[in-house]
Amino acid sequence: MNRSIITGQRLAAIFLLGCVLFNYPLIALFNKPGEIVDIPLLYFYLFGAWALLIGLMALAIERRKE
Amino acid sequence: MLQGWVIASVSFAYLGVLFGIAYFGDKRADAGRSVIANPTIYALSLAVYCTTWTFYGSVGRAATTGIGFLPIYLGPTLMAGLWWYVMLKIIRISKANRITSIADFISSRYGKSQSLGGLVTIIAVVGIVPYISLQLKAVSNSFIILLNYPGIVMPAKAGAQPLLQDSALYIAMILAAFTILFGTRHLDATERHEGMVAAIAFESLVKLLAFLAVGIFVTFGIYNGFGDIFDRAELVPKLKALMTVADSGASYGSWWSLTFLSMLSIMFLPRQFQIAVVENVNERHLARAIWLFPLYLILINIFVLPIAVGGMLHFPDGSVDADTFVLTLPMVERQEALALFVFIGGLSAATGMVIVETIALSTMVCNDLVMPVLLRWKALRLHEEQDLSWLLLSIRRWAIAAILLLGYIYFRAAGEAYALVGIGLISFAAVAQFAPAIFGGIYWKGGTRQGAIAGLTAGFAVWTYTLLLPSFAKSGWLSLDFIKEGLFGVTLLKPQQLFGLAGLDEISHSLFWSMLANIGCYVAVSLRRRPDVVETSQGTLFVDVFRHTEGAGRSRFWRGSAQVQDLLPLIGRFLGPERAREAFLAYARRHGQTSIEQLQANADLVHFAETLLAGAIGGASARVMVASVVKEEPLGIDEVMNILDEASQVRAYSRQLEQKSRELEAATAELRAANERLKELDRMKDDFMSTVTHELRTPLTSIRAFSEILLEDPKTNLANRKKFLAIIVKETERLTRLINQVLDMAKIESGNAEWHTAEIDLHEVIEESVAATSSLFGDKRLSLDMALEGGVPKVMADRDRLIQVMLNLLSNAVKFCEADRGRVAVKLSAGGDAVRVDVEDNGPGISEQDQRTIFEKFRQVGDTMTAKPQGTGLGLPISRQIIEHFGGRLWVESSPGQGATFSFTLPLNREGDTRHEERTEK
Amino acid sequence: MSKRILIVDDEPNIVVSLEFLMKREGFEVAVAADGEAALRSVEEKKPDLVLLDIMLPKKNGFEVCQTIRANPEWQSIKVVMLTAKGRDTEVAKGTALGADAYMTKPFSTKDLIAQVRQILDMA
Repeated sequence: MNRSIITGQRLAAIFLLGCVLFNYPLIALFNKPGEIVDIPLLYFYLFGAWALLIGLMALAIERRKE
Repeated sequence: MLQGWVIASVSFAYLGVLFGIAYFGDKRADAGRSVIANPTIYALSLAVYCTTWTFYGSVGRAATTGIGFLPIYLGPTLMAGLWWYVMLKIIRISKANRITSIADFISSRYGKSQSLGGLVTIIAVVGIVPYISLQLKAVSNSFIILLNYPGIVMPAKAGAQPLLQDSALYIAMILAAFTILFGTRHLDATERHEGMVAAIAFESLVKLLAFLAVGIFVTFGIYNGFGDIFDRAELVPKLKALMTVADSGASYGSWWSLTFLSMLSIMFLPRQFQIAVVENVNERHLARAIWLFPLYLILINIFVLPIAVGGMLHFPDGSVDADTFVLTLPMVERQEALALFVFIGGLSAATGMVIVETIALSTMVCNDLVMPVLLRWKALRLHEEQDLSWLLLSIRRWAIAAILLLGYIYFRAAGEAYALVGIGLISFAAVAQFAPAIFGGIYWKGGTRQGAIAGLTAGFAVWTYTLLLPSFAKSGWLSLDFIKEGLFGVTLLKPQQLFGLAGLDEISHSLFWSMLANIGCYVAVSLRRRPDVVETSQGTLFVDVFRHTEGAGRSRFWRGSAQVQDLLPLIGRFLGPERAREAFLAYARRHGQTSIEQLQANADLVHFAETLLAGAIGGASARVMVASVVKEEPLGIDEVMNILDEASQVRAYSRQLEQKSRELEAATAELRAANERLKELDRMKDDFMSTVTHELRTPLTSIRAFSEILLEDPKTNLANRKKFLAIIVKETERLTRLINQVLDMAKIESGNAEWHTAEIDLHEVIEESVAATSSLFGDKRLSLDMALEGGVPKVMADRDRLIQVMLNLLSNAVKFCEADRGRVAVKLSAGGDAVRVDVEDNGPGISEQDQRTIFEKFRQVGDTMTAKPQGTGLGLPISRQIIEHFGGRLWVESSPGQGATFSFTLPLNREGDTRHEERTEK
Repeated sequence: MSKRILIVDDEPNIVVSLEFLMKREGFEVAVAADGEAALRSVEEKKPDLVLLDIMLPKKNGFEVCQTIRANPEWQSIKVVMLTAKGRDTEVAKGTALGADAYMTKPFSTKDLIAQVRQILDMA
């Protein structure tokens, strides 16, 4: 595997972003009744953040120059 | 329709398909065309993480804690971001050391310690048993529920059924048989099971599709999409509460600790380690898996909450266990095919987990627990056994059976006290104990064997006390007193409120205390002393794996002597003699040898043998076995440190250094060559000076002697006086000639000679030379024949120099011809691109040996003859230099008694002028 | 009775000068132009002293000297080496092989005569 340093750093940054997104206090902001497009707020937020992370990781991995 | 035999035969058909895939995968692997050499297959096989816990249990968890089922999947997603660093490093280390399991990994890191490997194995087995029982419970429950179709009947309590009527027992036995068939058909040196990986990837696909099918059916079939389900949930207070989590520190705390726990589990569960590390065929596959595996997780989780809510709306009375909603919802809607598909999905989730987990555990039990004991047990005489591969296989088979039996026992004992997820989390907390030793091991060189043992023991003990024993107590195997009152009634020792720590859920509570004990002991004990030799060398190989290239670093730490005929049979005993020979032969070929007999038993070969053996019986045992046949000289700690210091310093500049050293080598070679040339020239100059001195002193001796005689005795008679003066004049002339020739030679050699190059006619040159030497011919009455071809083209040369050459050749011919009978012939001819001149005599001839030396300075053929020839010994060398200056060649052909022919050629093309300049400069 | 001197050199002009010198000093003189002729001459009639050049055809001066010294009957023969090669190694080699003196060409006739006389105990 091309152990590119920049890719590793991007992934580490995504990891840190994920740690913030998936933890207190950010989830507390969404931990309240309410819905977005018919989906509970917290549920929507977590899956949205999750999808965002996966997208970012895919971007970091697949767009690196081999 | 869903009779028992239908369910059973579909299940067995499914297992048959799996077996077929595995068989096909193994065949392809043997043929060298791997079916799993693909990052997508690798990512799918990693989804062995999702077991019946995910398939059935997530819905159950969601039904009680809402979004609380998610951290178990968010953790691995986060961890995947760090795989680029951490997992890649572990894979690289494992490949370099032929690591076969997580126990092997830890024991190798801390000096190939057998006790550490055994400890890790025990923790893994004890920790994983609840997890296996979870699979048994899920499959057996789903089977019973499906069997009662169309009724929705919850299965009876596990322990309540008679043993022989308990479907879980039969499921355990079938799974054991299937796994044995699957994973231990043959013993592979690399411990890779390509066919199994292919089957696992297929299973991941099946369970995902099955779950998505249920999800889509519930969401869009029973209800009208997400909006509909959540709108309905809003109306029920109990369900509405599921959409948020309790806004308290404890709930965020357990959210965090579950995320953290699953981050560790995705790395250190034995089956994850097996699939991600041991079965990895190409580390490039890891890159794609970093996002593909989390994608799989998000897909399999999208419908969890809708199914949970749907189930609770459907069975509001709570009579149906939420863990079974995935199956019971299709059943209640009379979707037989879907229900059967769901059952197969659950089966695939269970079999995938059980197969990989038990194979990984059985490898550990065999390599790190049983074999070390058996090999030490002298009474068994295993050392005399020629082929032990059968033993390894049967140990693994029995281990698989035993592990499943343990799982069944735990299921009977404690299965009912917890929901599926609760059981799984106990296992997660157990394998989390490996984290300090492994992370410390790959990033910190200071960790020691005692530190790792202390940390693991402490963590495991705390885990046992705070999680495992309470799970026994809750299921009635132990008295509940010690949970409620604390051990011996000491309140501070309450296992779930240790030292009075309350307010955490039991998993977070156990995780906190066990990690505190584990990390604390690991660090503290490690710091009590410096790592010893083996720990240091292994530590460096692990921590600096990216700096050590394959093999190069490893054998540096070994010194000793060994015999190929000791190593080969040793490997043969564990791998089978045939396979061992093949491996050794391949090694020999890689090292440029054609047969095993030619192999040198050096450090490299010993290392090769050890890693080969490690693939079969684990690093620690392999080390012991290899050590038993080779004589090892221990390295001192200072030596190891020196090697490391040296190596790290050198490595820092290694690339530049290599470059530089290549340049230096080239420069050195040039210098050496130049020096050789200079030395040769020096020696030649020395010889030359010595010879010139001799040649100068000889005439001077006569001149001085006669001068002194004449000076001392003026009365010398006239005849003598005349004679002596004539000698003086003659010797002076000789001296002058010599000096001129030496100078001439020096000028030509140094390139300072003047050349008057013009178009000249060799006809004229020859005739003028003959005319100049006619008196010499006359004196000795020799005959001279001339055969000069007409119309020979002109050549570019220096006329005076060519006359000098001709005079030299002619006077040489005259010199060696016998008076009266001598004949000299001169020929001129043109041929091809050169003009040729021959001077032939009928003198005594020149021996082969002398033909070479006459062209050297001061070498006269006279040495072997009675009479000393006249001349300086410089004529021929100078002539040759002149001819070569004009791009020609001067040589002699002769045999003793047959006369000699001196010939030279001069080129006709004008380019010769520029070419010869270089030649004279040598 | 006059002492007999054998002159061995392959340079005719040097032989002429040495012959003249030695005869003038009253010695009986024999001449040889190469190493083998020199040994034949020694066998024919033993000289008291040999003036021996080193660079000789057929057998060089060192070999001649060695042969003379190897024969017990010829122990009394004095040997004076003459050479145009004045290197220290040549001098050492000649002395090691049993030469009584060593003179470098070109030499002073006075020195040569003095040396010959001294070796023959005639000074």
